[in-house]
Amino acid sequence: MSTKVYDCISRIGDTIEENKDFLTDLDREIGDADHGVNMARGFHAVVEKIPKDDGNIGAVLKKTGMTLLSTVGGASGPLYGTAYMEAGKVMAGKTEMTAEDFSAILKAAIAGIQKRGKAVRGEKTMLDALIPASEIFDEKIAGGSDIVTALNAACEEAEKGIEYTKTIRATKGRASYLGDRSIGHQDPGATSATLTLETIRDFLKEE
Amino acid sequence: MVGIVIVSHSPKIAEGIRDLALEMAQGYEGLYCAAGLEDGTIGTDAVRIMEAIQDADAGDGVVVLADLGSGIMSAEMAIDMLDGSVKVQIADAPIVEGAILAAVEASAGGTFEHVLEETEKTRGLSKL
Repeated sequence: MSTKVYDCISRIGDTIEENKDFLTDLDREIGDADHGVNMARGFHAVVEKIPKDDGNIGAVLKKTGMTLLSTVGGASGPLYGTAYMEAGKVMAGKTEMTAEDFSAILKAAIAGIQKRGKAVRGEKTMLDALIPASEIFDEKIAGGSDIVTALNAACEEAEKGIEYTKTIRATKGRASYLGDRSIGHQDPGATSATLTLETIRDFLKEE
Repeated sequence: MVGIVIVSHSPKIAEGIRDLALEMAQGYEGLYCAAGLEDGTIGTDAVRIMEAIQDADAGDGVVVLADLGSGIMSAEMAIDMLDGSVKVQIADAPIVEGAILAAVEASAGGTFEHVLEETEKTRGLSKL
């Protein structure tokens, strides 16, 4: 019998694997063609390394972050690694996750990514999906929505965020070397971040 | 003695820089590489960088030279994880020239501040 947090992270790994070529192709357009491959390698290692039966959500998230740090290889390693480790701090010692916890997770992950990547919204990064998602999630929860409804809205905003990244020039990461030629392409990081949120939403919906 | 860590996406780059730098600083034992992933794949690994910094530290601090992009980001993450337990800084310098200067100065017994300052002087060097 595996824990919910294990099952959810394992599902995120499945989603990344299914979209490995898609993410790598997006990265080929404006980067170094490794985002999908790197993320898939990272999540394979994560699913092998995290405990199946540890109910301490914070500890499992921390282990996930540490493993991504060592195995992803590209900038997504420290960025997603930081995001999961910050999420782990929010959930330290907890065995259940509430909507308020998830709100705090998103905010802590975003703050961690911003600090690590020295990026703000509007630079064609994963933040362009995550920040609007986090904002609408909080709004929906404050308005009395349940977690799945709030996550639905968050995923819609994240999708819009991906569309927005097509319209702007990259000023961070490898894509910034391309200047205006990065316009017209969607950001691979915003895409993998949105896929992550959608997987969490689908997982919780089935619960 | 001040330690040096070379961070690169590519193990070959890091080893080549180490060989080149040690030609100028023979017998210096404080230079460590943290390059590629555990299986040799191109990439950077914050945990390996952290361990290399710990290995390179003989108590006098460590100067880190990194190649690009996520090399810098992973090195910053490694330094954060050390949480002040090692005196360490990333030199804002080109990795090849910087590593040679750092090895020369560190092997001559320079202080952390001196090695870092000399290493960063390579930043504005014109090649022609």
